Amino acid sequence: MIAIRAPYLEIAVLVLGVTILLLETFAAKIAKKTFAYAGIVGLAAVLVASFFLEPSTQQTSGFWNFYSADALAIFFKRFMLVTTIIVLAMMVDYAPALRKADESTSANLGEFFSLPLLTCAGLMYLVSAIDFIFIFVSLELVTISFFVLVSFPRRNPIALEAGVKYLILGALSTAFLVYGITWIFGVTGETNLARITAAFSSGKIDHHAATFGAVLVLVGLGFKIAAVPFQMWVPDVYQGAPTPITAFLSVGSKAAGFVVLLRVLQPFLMLPNMQRLVVLIALLTVVYGNLAALPQNNLKRLLGYSSIAHAGYLLIGVACFDGRAVTFYLVAYLLMTLLSFAILIIVAQQSGDEISGFDGLAKRAPFLAFAMLVAMASLAGLPFTAGFFGKFFIFVSAVAQKQTALVAVGVVTVACGFYYYLKVVRAMYWQPSTNNNAISVSVLSRAIMILLIIATIVFGVYPQPILEALRR
Amino acid sequence: MLLFLVLCPIAAAVLIIAGTPARLTALVAAISNLFVTLILLSRFDQVAAGFQFVSSLLVSADWRIHFAFGVDGLSLLMLLLATSVSVAAVWFAGKIENYERAFYASLLFISAGAIGAFASIDLFFFYAFHELALIPTFLLIGIWGTGNRSAAAWKITIYLTLGSFVLLIGLILLYQSLPATARTFDIRELQAAVTANPIAAPAQRHIYLLLLIGFGVLISLFPFHSWAPEAYASAPAPVAMLHAGVLKKFGLYGLLRLAIPMLPDGAHYWMYLLVILLLGNIIYIGLVTIAQKQLDWMLGYSSVMHMGYIFLGIASSNILGTTGAAALMFAHGLSIALLFAIAGQIRNRTGTLLFDDLGGLAKVMPFAGLAFGFATFAAIGLPGLANFASEIMIFFGAIRNGWEMQRFHIFQIATVLALWGVVISTVYMLRAYRSAFMGTIAERWTKLADLDAGLRIPVALLIAGLIWFGFFPQTLVRMVTPTFRTYFTATK
Repeated sequence: MIAIRAPYLEIAVLVLGVTILLLETFAAKIAKKTFAYAGIVGLAAVLVASFFLEPSTQQTSGFWNFYSADALAIFFKRFMLVTTIIVLAMMVDYAPALRKADESTSANLGEFFSLPLLTCAGLMYLVSAIDFIFIFVSLELVTISFFVLVSFPRRNPIALEAGVKYLILGALSTAFLVYGITWIFGVTGETNLARITAAFSSGKIDHHAATFGAVLVLVGLGFKIAAVPFQMWVPDVYQGAPTPITAFLSVGSKAAGFVVLLRVLQPFLMLPNMQRLVVLIALLTVVYGNLAALPQNNLKRLLGYSSIAHAGYLLIGVACFDGRAVTFYLVAYLLMTLLSFAILIIVAQQSGDEISGFDGLAKRAPFLAFAMLVAMASLAGLPFTAGFFGKFFIFVSAVAQKQTALVAVGVVTVACGFYYYLKVVRAMYWQPSTNNNAISVSVLSRAIMILLIIATIVFGVYPQPILEALRR
Repeated sequence: MLLFLVLCPIAAAVLIIAGTPARLTALVAAISNLFVTLILLSRFDQVAAGFQFVSSLLVSADWRIHFAFGVDGLSLLMLLLATSVSVAAVWFAGKIENYERAFYASLLFISAGAIGAFASIDLFFFYAFHELALIPTFLLIGIWGTGNRSAAAWKITIYLTLGSFVLLIGLILLYQSLPATARTFDIRELQAAVTANPIAAPAQRHIYLLLLIGFGVLISLFPFHSWAPEAYASAPAPVAMLHAGVLKKFGLYGLLRLAIPMLPDGAHYWMYLLVILLLGNIIYIGLVTIAQKQLDWMLGYSSVMHMGYIFLGIASSNILGTTGAAALMFAHGLSIALLFAIAGQIRNRTGTLLFDDLGGLAKVMPFAGLAFGFATFAAIGLPGLANFASEIMIFFGAIRNGWEMQRFHIFQIATVLALWGVVISTVYMLRAYRSAFMGTIAERWTKLADLDAGLRIPVALLIAGLIWFGFFPQTLVRMVTPTFRTYFTATK
């Protein structure tokens, strides 16, 4: 038996992605959906393989200078694989909408199905990256494939606008990141995070220059995780992009951003005032995300703003250096966000993605309405859902750190959140429905939704498995 | 057994959604729950303090969270209240026009939430179960409510969310006030740890204030009360019964269970504030209640006002006062449930609850009039009904506390004012009774039907409870005093 080592996982995903891309080009006869299913099966195989990894070696030379296979990295590799699998399944549901919008894109569906695999590989590299150069390179792999995916329906002006916005702001944030990295390299002469930590703590560096570099890096990452004041692109891009891509952006890209942030903050917190800065950003982000979500009537946009709000709660966890709370929150966020996007894709094909499109859904499709109820309850943070444990852990660490401002603002904004999430519930259950066509749900998406619901509730009562997985 | 109590309504709700006959399933679940509670009551060892029938399942080793249930006298009393009001509420729900399944399922979820909260001996699930009732309440008021239902549903949901998250912060602070190695969510261990080395006084003050505000919102303590009358006026009768009768007691139960034994210094520090606020409940809200022109709003306000008495018992922090508070929680739960039930029946028949439109209904609905009369007398606090026995304990407890303190006798003043509150509640309750049931009957109401035989059973159940504990309050007192005795001897 061959020993499976952590880097093989990414290689497998890359090979899978390239193979599907090539097959799509040279074997035109194969139905495009097959590629999506092949991707799902392939990623599932990689996911299974990730549980049989050889125990990671403590090497710190060569390749291992910039690549880490610690518990956090392995955990988030699985996280990314699960996300990509679900996103691919959503894409299958979404494909008709894409085909309807534009005849000519139908030929490109194969690319639509294979690009997420490359993104996934990038995300997996990103969570393992412990060197600034490697962080930068894998981030680019992720971002560039997202540029294509966001503006995939290229005849659709809204998608195109979203693509251009994402491209310009993405490039800008990359520029900030690179500039920050160069400053830090200039100060310390290192790009490896561990050695930068050592250099910072030695006290023999120029603190002002280092802080300047660190702030620039934070700005670059702030764009990725949609922290205020770098959130301007989120609502438009989320609304314009194809819905599965929006889901992918808001879960995969954000989670990777937070993992990098956790790793990068380790050295940065040696610098003066850095924690205060993160606290400030967290405060702004929760307040802005929640307040701006209140008046939204478009569900995609609402989820966009809510993802900013969740980034704020996550930042509270980051500001309190509680990696465990952040990780748990991200898992809960994955479950509930993907669930709500999966439902949105199906419902939107019939009645559009305004909240009013959900009117009377409880009559038309009781299962979808119930699934959405669970998703919204979890996003709002009701007990017995994973979302509550996420908020609970975050608040516990904020209280422990005596971050009174964060706690006080957090409590008020959570109540705010109840309003806009329950708005969706209200539409589904109170409002009379405008049409009475039943909505059909494919077996694959129904199975995935049921799994997501079960996971949401199980982790809402029994969070231990995730806490255990991180310890190893 | 306790696990059955909690899971039975949830299982029934799932069954109802899956397709069994809604009303029948719900009734069976509620009645079997009441039955199980009575069995628990008969097997309960009244002499022993501490929790009995304990079952515990470790949920998170890292956080020491247990899925743990257990009852002592206090929680058993609350369970009895919860299960009997649940039976009455489900019984009174009757036929529902649209989404019948969802209605009964939501009702059962509220019931499960209340039962779970009272039976939990783990802080985390104590809190979580209460929140379980939030969305069902939102849906019940929003879909089936009357009047300005949308605004009422939003108001109650946002208020209660805010209150419960403030409460959550308080609970987290309580958890973290223990030394890192001893941290646990298990109420028994928490209690033991706090008794062994009490929490520092400044920390106690912060925690108590947070708990007071958090629980206070849930209980509708004076400045945080405005959600209650509106929600209860708009809610369908069964929801108002369950919420005002049972769920609201969660906050009071929490104060008795956590604040009294674990935060004595905090309670002492904020005593003046609490007394002033509770006088706001009794006097100010009492006067507001008199001004109401509609039966449902009046009942809503009256339930807010009566919380003041229970707070007085809690604030007095001695065995007599707190026992009275626990007893009044039970008595008030039964009487307000009965009042809302009858009011709901009147609304079903007439479509209005304006005092000006009603009148003389006792002629056509003699049984409803009788039942309402009983509940009215109970709410006023006439001797022979459960409320009297409990209120008198509270008054004696409060006035004795003033004596013991031997300085500015705020408790004596408060007691005197609270006694005036009884007069206020007499005014509005009797006025309500008169304008609804006495006087000349309007022409259009002469054809109204009285409560049918089936509905008389839950009414009889509630009245029987009120009379039983009115004449034999010691059966109830004996149950809860061991708990409070350990609390107060431990803190002295």
